[in-house]
Amino acid sequence: MQTGGKIIKDLQSAGGPILVVNRVTDVAYGEVVEILCGDGTTRRGSVLDISDKRAVIQVFEGAHGLSLRNTSVKFLGKTMDFTVSKELLGRVLDGTGQPLDGAPMPFGGETRSIYGSAINPVMRAYPEDVIETGVSVLDCMNTLVRGQKLPVFSGNGLPHNELAAQIARQARIRGTDEEFAVVFAAMGVKHDDADFFRNEFERTGALERATMFLNLASDPAEERLVTPRFALTLAEHLAFDCDMHVLVILSDMTNYCEALREMTSARGEVPSRKGYPGYLYSDLSEIYERCGRTRDSKGTITQLPVLTMPNDDITHPIPDLTGYITEGQIVLDRELHQKGVYPPINPLPSLSRIMKDAIGEGKTLADHPNVANQLYASYSRVGNIRALAAIVGADELTDADQRHLKFGDAFEAHFIGQASSERRTIEDTLALAWKLLGLLPTQALHRVSPEELKVNYKSISEFEEE
Amino acid sequence: MMSTEKAESVIIRINGPVVMADAMGYANLGDQVKVGHEGLTGEIISLENDVATIQVYENTIGIKPGEPVVTLGIPLSVTLGPGILKSIYDGIQRPLHKLEEQSGRFIGRGLTVSGIDVEAKWEFTPVAKVGDKVAALSVLGTIPETSLIVHKVMVPPNISGELVWVADAGEYAVTDVVAKIKTDAGEKEITIMQHWPIRTPRPAPKRLPPKIPMVTGQRVIDFLFPAARGGACAIPGGFGTGKTVTQHQLAKWSDVDIIVYVGCGERGNEMTQVLDEFPSLIDPHTNKPIMERTTLIANTSNMPVTAREASIYTGLTLAEYYRDMGYHVAMMADSSSRWAEALREISGRLEEMPAEEGYPAYLASRIGEVYERAGRVQITETNGDVREGSVTIIGAVSPPGGDFSEPVVTHTKRFVRTFWGLDRDLASARHFPSINWLTSYSEYDVSEWWEGRSDLSWKDLREEAMGILKEDDRLQNIVKLIGPDALPDRQRIILETARMIKEAFLQQSAFSDVDSYCPVEKQLAMMDVILYFHEQANKSLASGQTLHHVIGLEVVEDIYRMKEAIGQTEIEKFTELKNEIEEALGS
Repeated sequence: MQTGGKIIKDLQSAGGPILVVNRVTDVAYGEVVEILCGDGTTRRGSVLDISDKRAVIQVFEGAHGLSLRNTSVKFLGKTMDFTVSKELLGRVLDGTGQPLDGAPMPFGGETRSIYGSAINPVMRAYPEDVIETGVSVLDCMNTLVRGQKLPVFSGNGLPHNELAAQIARQARIRGTDEEFAVVFAAMGVKHDDADFFRNEFERTGALERATMFLNLASDPAEERLVTPRFALTLAEHLAFDCDMHVLVILSDMTNYCEALREMTSARGEVPSRKGYPGYLYSDLSEIYERCGRTRDSKGTITQLPVLTMPNDDITHPIPDLTGYITEGQIVLDRELHQKGVYPPINPLPSLSRIMKDAIGEGKTLADHPNVANQLYASYSRVGNIRALAAIVGADELTDADQRHLKFGDAFEAHFIGQASSERRTIEDTLALAWKLLGLLPTQALHRVSPEELKVNYKSISEFEEE
Repeated sequence: MMSTEKAESVIIRINGPVVMADAMGYANLGDQVKVGHEGLTGEIISLENDVATIQVYENTIGIKPGEPVVTLGIPLSVTLGPGILKSIYDGIQRPLHKLEEQSGRFIGRGLTVSGIDVEAKWEFTPVAKVGDKVAALSVLGTIPETSLIVHKVMVPPNISGELVWVADAGEYAVTDVVAKIKTDAGEKEITIMQHWPIRTPRPAPKRLPPKIPMVTGQRVIDFLFPAARGGACAIPGGFGTGKTVTQHQLAKWSDVDIIVYVGCGERGNEMTQVLDEFPSLIDPHTNKPIMERTTLIANTSNMPVTAREASIYTGLTLAEYYRDMGYHVAMMADSSSRWAEALREISGRLEEMPAEEGYPAYLASRIGEVYERAGRVQITETNGDVREGSVTIIGAVSPPGGDFSEPVVTHTKRFVRTFWGLDRDLASARHFPSINWLTSYSEYDVSEWWEGRSDLSWKDLREEAMGILKEDDRLQNIVKLIGPDALPDRQRIILETARMIKEAFLQQSAFSDVDSYCPVEKQLAMMDVILYFHEQANKSLASGQTLHHVIGLEVVEDIYRMKEAIGQTEIEKFTELKNEIEEALGS
């Protein structure tokens, strides 16, 4: 790296976030640069495409205001890296890992490439420890497992931030009081959203075991492309070197993908679906797959990416490709939100792919899998009956159908719905589930075993809160 | 092998996994190359004037123009020899455990590891004798590779002549010469270890028609939608449809000798589950671990996209190698959709003109090439001995948004002859295996094979059963509107028989001791019983009996219980059951 600090003045073109520099030698793919502007300010960037004649540079702050004649580019002779240490917990940083809280960067630590490397599949361990989030509809029906990546599919105006903050605050390994270290990466979020998280973490004292990386909506879009990588580099250090359990919240992945699209179209790359680059899947998997457990360390990384579905469309490339990499999804529902249900998680399209191996006898509760199946089946039937009732009128329905309607309303209000400060244990959640199932006739409960019915079922006609 | 090395070849451009190098005019298209000071593995995918475009199988961050590029002078190849079985590889046949020894929990760059252990000693026993005329694929000697599989050291496909020396029985490393052959082009030394380029199909001396079923012991597959040995099958990989259990059942029970499993672009945690579970599966025929006859290839979604593209070919080449020894091989690819996405991604990097949904225009031909590598072949030794081997491909497809009209699925369906439509509704109704009998199909005609198994005609029984299932589907639409009571008895008995086919025949528990595997003779007898009941019930109804009486008979319960109550070999009990039916329903 003896070439660090080489300055080139020969700029060929500037446009959008892209700067093309001529006559470069000995510059690496992915190398970090400093752009020295005519007015004495500097910007940062990295090399996106390098040939023996020219380098294509992505400028984090955008190329706007640069002149081809007065600007020079300093190649720093290293690729983008980040010096990580445990001391970064409790700190607020910008999207490229620089302090925002006025304090200096901690001394020492290990310098890592932010791009990381793939975990060797034979070194992975299968996730199996249930995380109790205290949110009933998650814990019972879409259980989060330590080492899992479970995204929140949301829409504009839905309370995904409250939910993410609640999970960060309440998450515990079942049966322990062990708390998670939280690495929070904000990409292109609004100023007040970032403040919300910061205040939440400060108010609850969570900040001391959290690190925040903030790239706000007003910050350069190009910076968003590296923010999750900085965050995950720290998370990997905390988990695999310091044996900590880390919860990574990435919000909002849609902004990340938009920034990627912006960058690739500025470079004139061949677009794929909806203008996103063809490699969006691999790019996202490089982020999402930086999570899990390994055989040789105690720590884990659990990822909770948040993304807002453009126009609530779950088949949009961003949620679609995300769903193919992550182990399920939590889907927020506008209709539930409009009914005033918090958190408005719709259990029907939501899914946790690896919960089946983590719940049940000896892990959570013996009747957990069947109760989860039963709630899913019954609530799914409620949807059909509501559709029917809209046509023929509720009075025409059979008694069993009427009872399902009653169950559906109570299920939404009391099981899905809970206060944002409420933390329910899995035992509470399952007791509540059995109480709600009491609204249904036993003939409609096929997914639970007769023995389970005998022990837990008690028919009720109205649900009353205790 | 290294003779073509020229120092002046250097990188002139880097764009993600695509690298261009100058002064490469002497290299061949498809050559394997080492890129940069770290020696990253790559492959030449196009040549123009003196410039080679290279796809690199590792992350290129930090590499500079001006760094050297060295061609190995051979196409991207796999190493063949004993030790492939029981291994777990990445997409370009690097053993993952060896990578872990070198770089720990993360996969480092520029690691070169041989696909098979060059130091291990193997017990070689010569089969051929000096003076024998030998040709391509002649067996020179054998090596016990695992407790289940005898490895055959063969003459490479492009060599023939007279055997002038063969090693004595004893312990050899894979790099040792074990035979010398006098050919027209001089004497050739044959080592145990051989190489084969992954993108070139190994020559199939004589292809046999896919008329023999790959028997799986799963009734819905063998009886309704059979896979042929040497055939190609597709299975949609939707979540919650019981795909994993179905795959495990196929791995455990299929009458194949070798299993090659390619995890192509799958989730890391799910790959871990496969890597954890396969070694714990026990082969029910031999009571030995299935790994004794399995090789796993794991290339998760975050490992380099180019290696994902290569992984399918790596798997195919390994499968073909064992086929040539005379083994029946099943190659499972999970998922071929991720592989197609890798093609799309690399094509985009090469700035090729995209066709449908951004996929390159050659998508269909590539899919076709892959599935064409399935096949059943016959190899004739120079002394007249004949052996038979096959490669059967079972490809999972996972269409985005569950859309079966997207290009990968539609093109795949053109090249496979068997489609097992896993169905989420069936799975949630606890109907396993959840293979939908209306959307699935098999075009393999294996009736000749079935004819020899029993006096019963498989073709007739299958046709009749399918007819009842189709009629049932039509009637169910009516039932939804007006209820079953409105149908006449002769139609309601169709509903009842269809229910019997679904529950007593198609449903099969993977976890039952008796029923996990169902021999074909039992399959035939079971269906015969059900259709006999249908025939007798119809007669009985015609003579004035009520439906209520017919379906309330005790013998109906016996039919529902027969899969568990009657053992795998107790075929004569089905005749007794038929007698009981006749007694109960007889006039």
